[in-house]
Amino acid sequence: MGRNVKVNVEYLTRVEGHGNIVVNVKNGKLEECRLDIVESPRFFEGMLIGRSIFEAQHITSRICGICACGHTLASIQAAEDAIGFIPSAQTTQLRKLLLHLENLDSHLLHIYLLVAPDLLGVKSFVPLIKTHNDVVRRALRMKKSCNDVCDILVGRHVHPISSIVGGFTKLPKEKDLDAMLSLLKVLRTDMKPTIELAKTLIFPQFERETEYVGLVNDSDEYPMLEGDLGSTDGLRMNKKDYRKITNEFIVSHSSAKHAKASRESYMVGALARVNLNFDKLHPKAKAVANAIGLKPITTNSFLNTAAQLVECVHSLEDSIRIIEELKVKGVDRSQEIVVGLNENGAIKVKAGTGVGAVEVPRGILFHEYEVDKKGKIVNANCIIPTGQNCNNIEKDMQKLVPEVLDKKQEEITLLMEMLVRAYDPCISCSAHFLNVKYING
Amino acid sequence: MKKVKVAFFDFTCCEGCQLQVANMGEMLLDVLDLIEVVEFREVMSEKSNDYDVAIVEGSITTSHAVERIKKIRKTAKVLIAYGSCAAIGGINGMKNNFKLKEIREYVYQKDAKHFDTIPTHAVHQVVPVDYTVPGCPVYIPEFIQVLKAALSGLPYNVPDNAVCVECKLNENECMFDKGVTCLGPITRAGCNSWCINNGNICYGCRGMVSNPAENGQKDILEKHKISLEWIENKMNMYNKSRELGELK
Repeated sequence: MGRNVKVNVEYLTRVEGHGNIVVNVKNGKLEECRLDIVESPRFFEGMLIGRSIFEAQHITSRICGICACGHTLASIQAAEDAIGFIPSAQTTQLRKLLLHLENLDSHLLHIYLLVAPDLLGVKSFVPLIKTHNDVVRRALRMKKSCNDVCDILVGRHVHPISSIVGGFTKLPKEKDLDAMLSLLKVLRTDMKPTIELAKTLIFPQFERETEYVGLVNDSDEYPMLEGDLGSTDGLRMNKKDYRKITNEFIVSHSSAKHAKASRESYMVGALARVNLNFDKLHPKAKAVANAIGLKPITTNSFLNTAAQLVECVHSLEDSIRIIEELKVKGVDRSQEIVVGLNENGAIKVKAGTGVGAVEVPRGILFHEYEVDKKGKIVNANCIIPTGQNCNNIEKDMQKLVPEVLDKKQEEITLLMEMLVRAYDPCISCSAHFLNVKYING
Repeated sequence: MKKVKVAFFDFTCCEGCQLQVANMGEMLLDVLDLIEVVEFREVMSEKSNDYDVAIVEGSITTSHAVERIKKIRKTAKVLIAYGSCAAIGGINGMKNNFKLKEIREYVYQKDAKHFDTIPTHAVHQVVPVDYTVPGCPVYIPEFIQVLKAALSGLPYNVPDNAVCVECKLNENECMFDKGVTCLGPITRAGCNSWCINNGNICYGCRGMVSNPAENGQKDILEKHKISLEWIENKMNMYNKSRELGELK
């Protein structure tokens, strides 16, 4: 007779949003293994109907407080694509900077406050205030620096103010560029001990081959804001065809819609991006990857956290490069815009459909809007990274459980929690849209 | 001094206001010298049913949430509605513009029946609230002020004058003069005119003043040829839940 194991984690902690883990092993046989999303639905796509396309960014930013800038940028891209607006080179450059800042901010939060406690054997960062005071202080300091740079660039990180359809309502002055640069350079000095700390963390052993999906391009740039859709199984297509990748489908055991591309599931996020575009990382980021032994193609999902660290270095160094370039070129502040709801017709509007495909901290994010000739939204669709990852998380759980059945129940539970946390799931994001599974109670 | 036990709870929201706490930087450690955080699901695994102050984020949008907030109210000596979703219903209130059945079917199609949903209510429409921190997201200086008041048992009143007052002090050019509509004239101050300082309009996220200068507002609308309907539609982005009474 095999063993019976029941894992039931209600309201998984240290993730964004509400999710439950359910594992049921009977007589040594895995009967059930699920990640249930129990976040209350918010109906964002419905709420957008009838609103002005110039409000879409403001509203969809509120899908998620952690990736507010990512939603903002995906929303703006979709909106501009729909109405046929082409942003200036300067606007694009500043948007890339904003995306880097959020990537850095979000990854640091995840590595330090959400994952490190597991690897150091405590329940949260709070006990670490006593035992690892310098580490906690560093984490909060780095997080605050990202936040301060965002304050300068777009007014604030949580729900950015000045980044809108058409460009920016406020552009940085020379002294703002200097202030951002000096904050990031201080952050750079804290990055060193962060890397040293990361080297000491031991991640669980686990391998499962899967397909990695993200943006790809033909240039030397590590694609975050723009590109085609690609995968490690060789898919490549225009972003407009995103539904061919996400292929939402219904699974028999629940009403959940899952995503799959070339095989049973796929993964998006930092690990997917590093696997797809390793050669395009900043040399310093590549050096860190080498130092911690991360190379393409890595198939241990726990190492998504390590990939986030590598991306932190990339995003930091590339942010500094962008600001230094802006300092040399100078910011053309005549591009500042006043748009509101476009009452003054500052931006030309036409009917159409547009897609935004942007790499946000947790993976590729899609927004799609259809607008009428007055710029009113008639249809909206958003597909969130965590929604795309759900299927892959479950497949990982199904492979991992039988491999660790000799461990104590608590250890199995912790491993399952750590696995889900490694994906840095943004459950309130994913639950606001389609990929939601319902569980009674 | 014995530390006051504080628990954070999240309902329907983006959790950005909780994140604002992490964005305080090292100042957070000073705050943690005064309070003991016993539950904060987004960043902690610890859980507790023993707390003095409940900081509640998010609006009430399911029947399950109604029961949960009632339980929290029973335990907490002090309840703080934290962020616009909790304080005024916020952006989730836009759902109330639609028939619930229709919006559910639009988003979840044939799976719609699985989703328990009720009209979006602010927390104070379901249980009594002691302190309110509006804002989408909350403005941290105001949160600190409220926290200090709550810990010392003093009242805190959200400013009841218009954002315009702060905006003038910040010497911003009026958005109406730039040719766009702004909700500053009817929205409660306390954010230091955050959005207008950054070149954008006020979207009314802090809720409406209790006694708006109606005639003044009408003059502005007439002068700039703006319809009431237009302004109302904008107001309903954050303030739709105001139309509901208390949830019995």
